[in-house]
Amino acid sequence: MAVLSEEQTMLRDMVREWADNESPVTAFRKMRNAGPAEGFDRDAWGKLAEMGLAGIVIPEEFGGSDFGYLSLGLVLEQLGRNLAASPLAASAAAASAIVLGGSNAAKAQYLPQIASGALVATLAVDEGPVHDPAGIATTVTGGRLTGSKAFVAEGDSAGLFVVAATDGLYLVADGEGVTRRSRQMADSRSHADVMFDQAPAEKLDVAAQAIIDRATAAVCAEMLGLATQAFETTNDYLKTRVQFGQPLASFQALQHRMAKLFTEIELMRSAVEGALEAIDSGRSDVDQAVSLAKAIASDTAKLASREMIQLHGGIGMTDEHDAGFYIKRSAVLEAMWGNAAYHRERFARLNGY
Amino acid sequence: MATAPELEARTLDDFRAEARAWLAENFPPSLKGKDNAMSAIEGPHAPSEDEARWQKAMGEKGWGVPTWPKQYGGGGLSRAEARVLQEEMARIGAWNPIGGMGVMMFGPTLLEYGSEAQKLEHIPAIAKGEVRWCQGYSEPGAGSDLASLQTFAEDMGDHYIVNGQKTWTSGGQWADKCFALVRTDKTKKHEGISFLLIDMKSPGVEVRPIRMISGQSPFCETFFTNVRVPKENLVGVPGQGWTIGKRLLQHERSSLSGGGSNAGRMFAGKPLSQLAKEYRGANDNGQVADQDLRMRLVRHEMDQRAFMLTLRRAALEAKSNQGPSAASSIMKNVGARLTQDRAELAIEIMGMAGLGWEGEGFSEAELAQTRTWLWGKAVSIYGGSTEIQNNVIAKRILGMLDHQ
Repeated sequence: MAVLSEEQTMLRDMVREWADNESPVTAFRKMRNAGPAEGFDRDAWGKLAEMGLAGIVIPEEFGGSDFGYLSLGLVLEQLGRNLAASPLAASAAAASAIVLGGSNAAKAQYLPQIASGALVATLAVDEGPVHDPAGIATTVTGGRLTGSKAFVAEGDSAGLFVVAATDGLYLVADGEGVTRRSRQMADSRSHADVMFDQAPAEKLDVAAQAIIDRATAAVCAEMLGLATQAFETTNDYLKTRVQFGQPLASFQALQHRMAKLFTEIELMRSAVEGALEAIDSGRSDVDQAVSLAKAIASDTAKLASREMIQLHGGIGMTDEHDAGFYIKRSAVLEAMWGNAAYHRERFARLNGY
Repeated sequence: MATAPELEARTLDDFRAEARAWLAENFPPSLKGKDNAMSAIEGPHAPSEDEARWQKAMGEKGWGVPTWPKQYGGGGLSRAEARVLQEEMARIGAWNPIGGMGVMMFGPTLLEYGSEAQKLEHIPAIAKGEVRWCQGYSEPGAGSDLASLQTFAEDMGDHYIVNGQKTWTSGGQWADKCFALVRTDKTKKHEGISFLLIDMKSPGVEVRPIRMISGQSPFCETFFTNVRVPKENLVGVPGQGWTIGKRLLQHERSSLSGGGSNAGRMFAGKPLSQLAKEYRGANDNGQVADQDLRMRLVRHEMDQRAFMLTLRRAALEAKSNQGPSAASSIMKNVGARLTQDRAELAIEIMGMAGLGWEGEGFSEAELAQTRTWLWGKAVSIYGGSTEIQNNVIAKRILGMLDHQ
């Protein structure tokens, strides 16, 4: 854990307590069974907004708390432990696009609504199943945007889109020229295809990659929580499950397997926190820090979630057990904003390999 | 009225000025950057005039062991002052000429467990770099299971008679003294072990260097045949050896966890990507031509970066928690993995040129790389093997207990 200020410690503990008491994995299961289109529970989101969490990366003058990305990461990690569904990560990245590149009018109009949780915003970049910011075909002519975006996170509930076009990012409100088609994904969260046909669009003066990097870092934080909890749940299981007259945790092969997984998760934590801190301190190598974090997070969350099933044995394969939820959400996040191989290649190019 | 932090800052500034001035006067510029990190493996050499002068100056000042108490020859500095000293030394390319096991592990342990007489006898000599110590722990039958050691110290009233064999004695062939774990009670495993200081020049001590696969002989077998050791050389009380010995190992582990520290020494710090392009070519995009190798090099660098971030995080957490954090438990294993991966990548890149043993047809850097690669295999074995570390992580950090 990064060394936290008192404020950050309180924030983390507050969200942890809320997540454990009000949004344990059973809450996710309940939502999954009910299958709401928007892929999260509105009441739960309201509670998070009441706690001020929707405004964590929004300046105070617009109703936010401006704690920054490390703090956002703390919150997302605690929520990620319990697979708590919310549009927080998507809205935060979109909010950053407006904070960094929006007109004063856009900031005044949208940021307070995002900070209060009333408006869900999201970043729409990819146009196919594989993350490819260079392969965008969406264009803007005469202030109107046309193009098709695929697998947009929170695409079902978003009232505001930050859209990547060939010449940069644009702000498009839900309404004229916007249609969507929901996708039912394995993680039971909201992902939708969003089609724009001459939708009114306002240019944002910030590089698309800077916002993609922020969205990526946010996803890494959720993956950190997911991997950590997958690990801890598995560790608890190994200590209680008895076979051959002894707890599974007493078998050295499993002790070493868990020690190795623990090691990888500690390295993941360092990389993810490093990326969040790099964003907050405005470092010039945020791109490298983020790609390092996403590559490692993808590999390690993958390892943790697959090991969770294997080490639980047969019960890990049942829908009744939570392990299935962890692997499904992990796989979606592994692919989102570029998988491990994509980010290794990006890191390679940034470092002269 | 100045606040406590302000007072401390003022005093630290004074100390910095003092250190800077003293170093300017006493550090021979010819020695700048000439630290010989491999001396532990290659053995001591006759010091040059400047080296001898520098060691004498640091020894007398006590700054070779800056935080040790002044009354035993240490520098008597606070941690903050020691950090300032280190910064000032780094600034001018100065390095600490006082080192070895006495400094790294034995001295700190003796300061905690030794009698006043023992501290007065041994600490000043360590502080001046005048005595070389070696560690008598492992035996042919007692490696990871160190507590099963058998070297026996028979109680003869006012002295012990020691018989047995130690192995992996680092620098045994150059050591003046040995701090050894010996058995004083054959009926108890851990409580039968005592911590005894043995003069390596005593009659009955025989040292045989062990040739390693890297061609070097940094380790020895040490044979004790009826070696007479005065009772005054017992540290602590009989049966306390395991406790004292473990404490010493903690000092050893914290000094070994540099991790990937050999990195800079390979090919004079050339990045592997550059090495790869030189030996195996670059494509039209200026990338390492072999894409499979390229991605493995990238994976290695990313692994290394995550490790550096973890070192930083663990240090900050330790400072804030006043004690080691969970993250520090992974350091030795990850450091070893990185050191070994890096060496494997380097020799893979160089093909046959990386597998020369000696003589014509190989550059010095190429020959050194082969030896470094072989020597690196020890890093995951010594100082608590990777498997033992995993045991410790599983049991102490993850709470996975053995079958009762």
